[in-house]
Amino acid sequence: MSIATDHPTYNYKVVRQFAIMTVVWGIVGMTVGVLIAAQLVWPALNFDTPWLTYGRLRPLHTNAVIFAFGGSALFATSYYVVQRTCQTRLISDGLAAFTFWGWQLVIVLAAITLPLGFTSAKEYAELEWPIDILITIVWVVYAIVFMGTVFKRNTSHIYVANWFYMAFILVIAVLHVVNSAAMPVSMWKSYSAYSGTIDAMVQWWYGHNAVGFFLTAGFLGMMYYFVPKQANRPVYSYRLSIVHFWALIATYMWAGGHHLHYSALPDWTQSLGMVMSLILLAPSWGGMINGMMTLSGAWHKLRTDPILRFLVVSLSFYGMSTFEGPMMSIKTVNALSHNTDWTVGHVHSGALGWVAMISIGAVYHMIPKLFGKAKMYSTGLINLHFWMATIGTVLYIVSMWVNGILQGLMWRAVNQDGTLTYSFVQAMDASHPGYVVRMIGGAIFLAGMFVMAYNVWQTVRGGSSVESADAEPAAQTA
Amino acid sequence: MSAFWSAWVTVLTLGVIFGCLWLLLATRKGEPHKGLTEETVGHSFDGIEELDNPMPKWWLQMFIVTVVFGLVYLLLYPGLGNFKGLLGWTSAGQWEEEMAYAEQHYAPVFQRFAELSVEELQDNPEGLQVGQRLFANNCSVCHGVGGVGFHGFPNLSNNDWLWGGSEDAIKHSIYHGRNGAMPAWADVLGEDGIRDMTHYVLALSNREHDAESAERAQPQYASLCAACHMPDGTGMYALGAPDLTNDIWLYGGSFEQIAHTLRHGRFGVMPAFSSLLSEDQIHLVTAYVMSLNND
Repeated sequence: MSIATDHPTYNYKVVRQFAIMTVVWGIVGMTVGVLIAAQLVWPALNFDTPWLTYGRLRPLHTNAVIFAFGGSALFATSYYVVQRTCQTRLISDGLAAFTFWGWQLVIVLAAITLPLGFTSAKEYAELEWPIDILITIVWVVYAIVFMGTVFKRNTSHIYVANWFYMAFILVIAVLHVVNSAAMPVSMWKSYSAYSGTIDAMVQWWYGHNAVGFFLTAGFLGMMYYFVPKQANRPVYSYRLSIVHFWALIATYMWAGGHHLHYSALPDWTQSLGMVMSLILLAPSWGGMINGMMTLSGAWHKLRTDPILRFLVVSLSFYGMSTFEGPMMSIKTVNALSHNTDWTVGHVHSGALGWVAMISIGAVYHMIPKLFGKAKMYSTGLINLHFWMATIGTVLYIVSMWVNGILQGLMWRAVNQDGTLTYSFVQAMDASHPGYVVRMIGGAIFLAGMFVMAYNVWQTVRGGSSVESADAEPAAQTA
Repeated sequence: MSAFWSAWVTVLTLGVIFGCLWLLLATRKGEPHKGLTEETVGHSFDGIEELDNPMPKWWLQMFIVTVVFGLVYLLLYPGLGNFKGLLGWTSAGQWEEEMAYAEQHYAPVFQRFAELSVEELQDNPEGLQVGQRLFANNCSVCHGVGGVGFHGFPNLSNNDWLWGGSEDAIKHSIYHGRNGAMPAWADVLGEDGIRDMTHYVLALSNREHDAESAERAQPQYASLCAACHMPDGTGMYALGAPDLTNDIWLYGGSFEQIAHTLRHGRFGVMPAFSSLLSEDQIHLVTAYVMSLNND
């Protein structure tokens, strides 16, 4: 990275570090994902080795793709965006570096402890208490760096992308601290501070808001910078962004109850989870509309710019999965979809289609600028990556839809005497083709990440260094 | 919940919903342009400007529809604190309704076979099929498909019974469950005694064994084991003590597995199904289990 010219105003070093690690952790996390997808096709692939079993690798996969890949993408873009839209350097290079190394340490510790079987057994919050404390420290420093930078901005207003980033940082801090509250009994074992149904509700309040604020609000912040920037068009509607921002953060908070339909959770809590999830549809789509309509007058650019294609297709998947989510939160629909692969497909239409695609687009946008190059090494390879990512995502989602509905229907089918028509293993057997297709889709998506890594590597090491056109902050009009 | 928390939930819920609605309508009211515009709101961030376009009409309408749906739902169903909703729906009530429906629709199916004895049912393929389905849904998780059993879960198709294979004994097992207790003998027999007794048990079913060793265990078998397993080792239904002479092993028949059973004891549990299956259903399951032993 020494070949990159340092920016006179901005701290690009930490952005470069996080951007590169986004690609690295993307490959690592998705490789584990493809492995566990393969284990569901061929169970023998755990080789009877405890730390290779599905139960231990699945949380490694989710943590790696959400917090290592997605997290690095959010750190990279938020540090990049906040500096450029506030026209000021991060308040502290030292603290920014601390967040980078601290976050990498969290990831490495996760990669060691989860396969060893250390887990608090809370989905997306499996890491044990010493790592939870480290996360809290890193996160508070992140909040200080980001919000401090917003505070000393050289612009009159705070750009909408930064609202979303701030909501994401603030809420994730609250969620993490509340849900991870636990009583340690040893170095690697603790018990939740909550019991029974309350524990389940706290967990899904956290779990769904991890989706809402980590994987949605944070990435909407990304969207609000990179879509208009890449399209070189003004954001479609300032008013829409205000309304959908406040409505989104106000209603997302309530939606977690829909994970516990028809459970011991009191009926009123389940109803609120469902109602708020339905009301969430319009606020979610507000972001999609604002991104899509920003392209009006610039649609032709999609023909030549695969980076823009990544960004726009990610918005389509975002719109699709935020429509699907409220539908699945309806009790009657949930009665069919719950515990089936439909849920897995829904998550991945968000995770691959939205989160990964917009991150990939943003990284392709940033890399040349961060390393002082005119553009990425190969536009053709970006295009190839785009098609691999799209085809991989579609194969994944469609196979899980088919499997999910199949499972839901088989599980509820009854004979004329009221007994179940199918045993569980029959539904498993029927799901097998879907698992094969899912694995192939995931492998194609992963292969695309290797294409990206090659392209990024060639760009970074390439000799054609140019004086970055935007070495000086753009003229201010605000 | 108390009146305070009920009010808390209600006020917060309605506050968020009406707050969203107010934000939507107030912003709409302040829109200077009713159609598409190229006018910006005057900020620029790193070259990014924001247009002053109105919110799309269809989107506003969709937002309002979801809010209205939500409010109507909260009026009809429980949601606002202690307010039960006008329909009086509860998830427990829905479950009871579905169970009542099942009782009403499926009970006659089982009743038809209740008049037939388990012997008569052996020649009634339809009845046996219903029994097989009930078995598959309720029993095969432990006893396996076709009742072939697993380690620790008895095979129900080999004419070997722990608690008896008569109609009454099988029905009793299903209704009330069974608790099979084999005590641990490590402290009493010592490691040498365990080894000797293992040879004795192997001898009972004519397996290869050390005759000298087995002979040493004979007196202890008579005083400690025979009370349940009987002097000749054929077992006792009343206590669920297995027959040790037929080379059928619930917990494995290797030397080490038998020694383990002797050392640490075993505790087998068959749960009671009286609250899960009706009398008529248990009748059919019994007939099916007996049919597995017809050959």
